[in-house]
Amino acid sequence: MIEVRDLQVAYGGRVVARVPELDLRAGECVAVVGESGSGKSTTLLSLLGLTEGADVSGHVRVCGVDVLTATPRELRAIRGARVALVMQSPQAALSPTTRLGVLMRRALRLHGLPSGERVLAEAAEAVMLDPGILRRYPHEISGGQAQRFAIALAIALGAEAILADEPTSALDVTVQAEVVGVLRRLREERGLALLLVSHDLALVSTIADRVLVMRDGTVVESGPAAEVLSRPAHPYTRELLEALP
Amino acid sequence: MTALVTRRALPGSVDRLALAGAALIVLVVLAALLAPWIAPYPADEVDPVNALLPPSGAHWFGTDQVGRDVLTRVLYGGRTSLSIAVAVLAVSAAVGVTLGVVAGYAGGWVRDVIMRVTDVFLAFPALLLSLTLAVVLQPSVTTVVVAIAVTWWPWYARLSAATAASIANRPYVDAARCLGVPAPLVVVRHVLPNSLTPVLVQLSLDAGGVILTAAALSYLGLGAQEPVAEWGLMVQQGQTLFTTNWWVVTFPGLAILVTAFAFNVLGEGLRGALDPRRIVK
Amino acid sequence: MARYLIRRLGQALLVVAGVIVLTFVIMRLVPGDPAVAYAGPKATPEQLAQARERFGLDEPVWVQLGAYVRDLVTGDWGTSLRTRQPVLDDLALAFPASLELVGAALLLAIAVGVPVGVLAARYKTKFPDLGVRVTSMLAVSVPVFWLALALQTVFASNLGWFPVAGEYDDSLNTTSPLTLWTNITIVDALITGNWPIFTSTLRHLVLPALVVAAYPAGVIAQMVRATLIEEASQDHARLERALGFRETSILTRFALRPALNPVLSLIALVFAYAIVNGFLVEAVFNWPGLGRYAVDSIFSGDTPAIAGVTLLVALVYVLANLVVDLLQGVVDPRARAR
Repeated sequence: MIEVRDLQVAYGGRVVARVPELDLRAGECVAVVGESGSGKSTTLLSLLGLTEGADVSGHVRVCGVDVLTATPRELRAIRGARVALVMQSPQAALSPTTRLGVLMRRALRLHGLPSGERVLAEAAEAVMLDPGILRRYPHEISGGQAQRFAIALAIALGAEAILADEPTSALDVTVQAEVVGVLRRLREERGLALLLVSHDLALVSTIADRVLVMRDGTVVESGPAAEVLSRPAHPYTRELLEALP
Repeated sequence: MTALVTRRALPGSVDRLALAGAALIVLVVLAALLAPWIAPYPADEVDPVNALLPPSGAHWFGTDQVGRDVLTRVLYGGRTSLSIAVAVLAVSAAVGVTLGVVAGYAGGWVRDVIMRVTDVFLAFPALLLSLTLAVVLQPSVTTVVVAIAVTWWPWYARLSAATAASIANRPYVDAARCLGVPAPLVVVRHVLPNSLTPVLVQLSLDAGGVILTAAALSYLGLGAQEPVAEWGLMVQQGQTLFTTNWWVVTFPGLAILVTAFAFNVLGEGLRGALDPRRIVK
Repeated sequence: MARYLIRRLGQALLVVAGVIVLTFVIMRLVPGDPAVAYAGPKATPEQLAQARERFGLDEPVWVQLGAYVRDLVTGDWGTSLRTRQPVLDDLALAFPASLELVGAALLLAIAVGVPVGVLAARYKTKFPDLGVRVTSMLAVSVPVFWLALALQTVFASNLGWFPVAGEYDDSLNTTSPLTLWTNITIVDALITGNWPIFTSTLRHLVLPALVVAAYPAGVIAQMVRATLIEEASQDHARLERALGFRETSILTRFALRPALNPVLSLIALVFAYAIVNGFLVEAVFNWPGLGRYAVDSIFSGDTPAIAGVTLLVALVYVLANLVVDLLQGVVDPRARAR
């Protein structure tokens, strides 16, 4: 579903992310871990061609589309409808003057999907949100609700994969569990693939199949989650693990 | 991490446009300063025989109704306009910054009183109050300066009050106060210098507006009087001739446009984002 | 919200009081004796004394101020020395004409400024953006009286496409007289179905409205551009991009509404500015509004009339600011929550 080879992202000549190999297959969960500034988020954004002003090279195939050579039209067709993005800051990621339901309906229409009340309500219920919330503005809901709404958008649009950029780090611990629970359930029930960017190894160990460890823009270690997290080969991974409580 | 992606350097065209503005200003200022040496004719040389000549090799901008060289008058007009702008801005900034810094530093009722008075002056659009004042005083260049300065200082008061208030609460100012440094000294040494940067940006932004307002007052006959060369006055004197002798009106008008444009472009370049309350005068 | 409303109203009232005092002070500074101006140069000492008493000029200053405020509040804005009419009556005729001109100009400015600002934001740093930035700066920097003269000369005097001056063809007053309702000619012509005057007014409006619109259009375009670029760099714009929205629809459907908030406050500020800027345009096009009234009053030393115009415009300005502050809550749901 997602296939990355020799990806390199640079801003004005400074390389911020270098990923030799990254694959995400249907129903799989891959986690990219590392400290902030390690190039995780940039990697994620480059998969949808959202790194404005950056020089991106290598091969990136997402849902059969070569992202680096695709036309804007081809890119827009996969964005949202095939691969959805969930961002770190829950409310800031939602337009402050647009009601949630309006945003969802516009997105559905954009991709030529039915956008009746039922569709919206079902998507909301799939992430355990009260459909009444769709009449609200972003500042009227909590961070956890905003994050679940972002996931609901992916459900409504029928996305096969979710790219989540630190989806829980801005939330309280109990709310984190809620959001993670929703993600895990959707994976099991709908076979949703998940590419998770996080610095939270505890979260990663419970949900990820495979792990990539990034530091200073390069991948220092990768492999099955159980293996990497139990027998880390790289000293940096060990450092990260030791930082766990 | 995300900041890397959104924060980018200023787009190239912004800087280029602001630079073009700065270059234009240098040109206009030089032309005004050097007018006595570069003007092709003496300043007020009347030559009725050669009245209303169209632009030619001898008179690049033509001549006016009494035979004066329009190019010469436009060059000298620059002296008038720029001096007015400098005088108005110096007076407004001096008065406004002083009051603003006092208000911002002192806080409490002092601040309230100064700011409410400022609000009252801000309730008059600049040209309106200048117009009213220009009626009260005798029309002259000095009147223009006084009239515009009266309407312009509140902007500086408001601007520097805000910055002074934020600076007055910083630790090093507190420290100075605790060490027993007298209040006026604290203001002069610490608060004032730090309040000046936004004021300087504002000065370049305002120059265009002042020049336009001054020209408008002179156009209405409430400003500069004959035989002073002033662009607005030149437009007024030539306006009935526009259909027949376009050059008499066109060149002074263009001079106002170019000068105001240069200052506005530079000012806008200096100030990154636009703040609605400050655009309108 | 209610507390905010009361505080904001109190603030506005305080400013209005200050505006009245300031106007009073300025008018006291006028050289020459208003009694002489009223009674005429050949007046007898008795007539002068009478005039002086009539205007209360023999009272102490603070009593005069009190009387001035009382008169203003009761609707007595003095008598024009020039027209010999109550100033308020004169203003009631002149103000609607100015509103007509400025209203038309602002509609034009919004209709041009907003789309042009969107265009510049969409192609920021590219050629259309540079073009919009230069043009809008020129529009802001042009001396209005000069632009008015230039358009009048080219499109009215030389090409004859539009009428040279006036609000509508005076001869229509006899052939199809206008019934007044609002004193705004174009509105009255519309609601009474007076098409000859309606079309004539429209034709007369084009050039002056264009000139008055130049400044607000430029400012609005710059403002829309700047706020849209700011909005489009926010996190939510990235999510909208990730949902597959085009750049243009992100700007017009998501970013424009929050961006319109500052534009709205701008429009109110520009409104008062445009009225005063309109003074110069009215003088050129002989438009029967506040500007022409003010200029005529200035040259005949008509102090009460000048005071009236000054006060009225300042009041409009205060009111416009108040309305904007209150309206902000309607446009921006975040402000409402505060």
